[in-house]
Amino acid sequence: MKKIKLSKILFWLLLVAMTAFYIGPFLFSLSISFNAEQDVFQWPIKLLPEKWTLSNYVHVWQDLPFATWLGNSLLITVVQTITNVFFASLAGFAFARLEFPGKNFIFSLFMASLMIPGIILLVPKFIVLNEFNLINTYAGIMLPGLITVVNIFLMKQFFETIPKDLEEAALIDGCSYFRMFWQIFLPVSKPALAAVAIYTFQGSWNEFMWTVIVTTTSDMFTLPVGMNFLKNEFQVNWPLLMSGTILISLPTLIIFLVFQRYFVEGVASSGSKE
Amino acid sequence: MSKVKSKKWAQARTGYLFLLLPLLIFGVFTIFPMVFAFMISLYDWNLLIPDKPFVGLSNYIELFQDEVFLIAIKNTIIYALGVVPVQTILSLFLAFIMNQKLPGRAFFRTAFYIPAVTASVVTSTIFIWIYSKPGLLNYLLSQIGVEGTDWLTNPSTALLSIMALNVWSTSGYFMITFLAGLQNIPKSVYEAAKIDGASTWTQFWKITVPMVRPVTYFVVVLGLIGCFQVFDQVFIMSQGGPVNSTTTMSFFVYLNSFKYFRLGYGAAGAVVLAGIIYIVTVIQKKYLPPDPY
Repeated sequence: MKKIKLSKILFWLLLVAMTAFYIGPFLFSLSISFNAEQDVFQWPIKLLPEKWTLSNYVHVWQDLPFATWLGNSLLITVVQTITNVFFASLAGFAFARLEFPGKNFIFSLFMASLMIPGIILLVPKFIVLNEFNLINTYAGIMLPGLITVVNIFLMKQFFETIPKDLEEAALIDGCSYFRMFWQIFLPVSKPALAAVAIYTFQGSWNEFMWTVIVTTTSDMFTLPVGMNFLKNEFQVNWPLLMSGTILISLPTLIIFLVFQRYFVEGVASSGSKE
Repeated sequence: MSKVKSKKWAQARTGYLFLLLPLLIFGVFTIFPMVFAFMISLYDWNLLIPDKPFVGLSNYIELFQDEVFLIAIKNTIIYALGVVPVQTILSLFLAFIMNQKLPGRAFFRTAFYIPAVTASVVTSTIFIWIYSKPGLLNYLLSQIGVEGTDWLTNPSTALLSIMALNVWSTSGYFMITFLAGLQNIPKSVYEAAKIDGASTWTQFWKITVPMVRPVTYFVVVLGLIGCFQVFDQVFIMSQGGPVNSTTTMSFFVYLNSFKYFRLGYGAAGAVVLAGIIYIVTVIQKKYLPPDPY
């Protein structure tokens, strides 16, 4: 009996330590962001500020092009989320429910592309966009990510679980395929659509490498790229930097906390494709 | 008969129509670049010079004589071989814990998963502070009487520090992947083991590990592909330094293509990297297949 108790205590200690390991860094950056002193690098460091302030957040808003970057980030994220949800479900529907020559070939081509390392496409994508004079434009940032193959795959998998008799009734009624998709399939697919939307939102909001490459002036930066730019400019002002990082992570954090269920389902079904 | 045919045709037309935009995007930004990458790598393609002479394999020959590229290959392999096993074992372990009946399970799961949904720029910036000389890590070390270093400017610890950040930020994501696999294992298997007196530890090794093998395979493949292409953290935290100790292949490709504008040379580096990733996944499939039976 005693032995069981000891192992239980150890288990909970371990769990608490793991939790601190995973969320501790965020809590400390939150603490720094409220620190009134510019110099947080006193030794030994203080885990909580002596003087609390909100002024770092005010500074981020007022003195930095934060609003511009926020606007860019929102525009790109919203457009990519909408196009992904709409076109990935349309394509998923075509793969799951329609018969046409070359369907399996196209689908396996899509799936095979998931194994292509993104790095090899970087230079050619840049040259293509450069030919169309799209470097440092919204179109240049957004176009390659308008539709992603993983989302098409998720939607196809989901549509395949919908019973056939639903559509047979619609076909007898002479309903067009688009209306069938729109009026019968979409309304029952909310969980899958939510998963695609959340994933795309998170992915485009956090996107870094591609934006670094296609943007050349700071007015086109998104929040992550802008924050990194600031980091180099204001290396010493950690409270300011930390309030910026907290603000950037808020939208994805809130969406994650609210829609956790869909996140988990999405990862789960993407894991079962092997 | 003709009605059936026209119905078939209508269906095919709709199918192609629905796939039109995805195919267009996919063609322009995946299929064409895939082929184009090989072509560019055979040219001396400089963004600033209009003349682009065909140079055959000389970009590749130069790569393997470029000391920085060889260091980048070495760093990338160390990175992937260091991160993937640790993050796979850690995430399986986390998933195993989260699969137990546990008060507050949703809270812990959320805590472990939060780093995975956070932007790389956020986690990297936080860790620059943690790893700095007067930062959190050294503070914690000083509590147990260990003197730390300036982790990111010390050539012998910089790469290791970024690897640790990677393990921290992705293990929660793979925990969820494993959790889905674990939930597919029938409860009766564990119950039978319990009746036979197997400890939790034995159950983990004799039931959980073998039964999630297909998921493990998937996690390792994704982990390898991700690690071999690591860029954000290197770009944000160290810019490849100090003295190239954190220059990875992705960062090398970026530097040559978009800083020195040598697109042909950069593309050749990317092709070599893709080749290495391909070879590694083939080796993995051969020696660690998803289903050993």
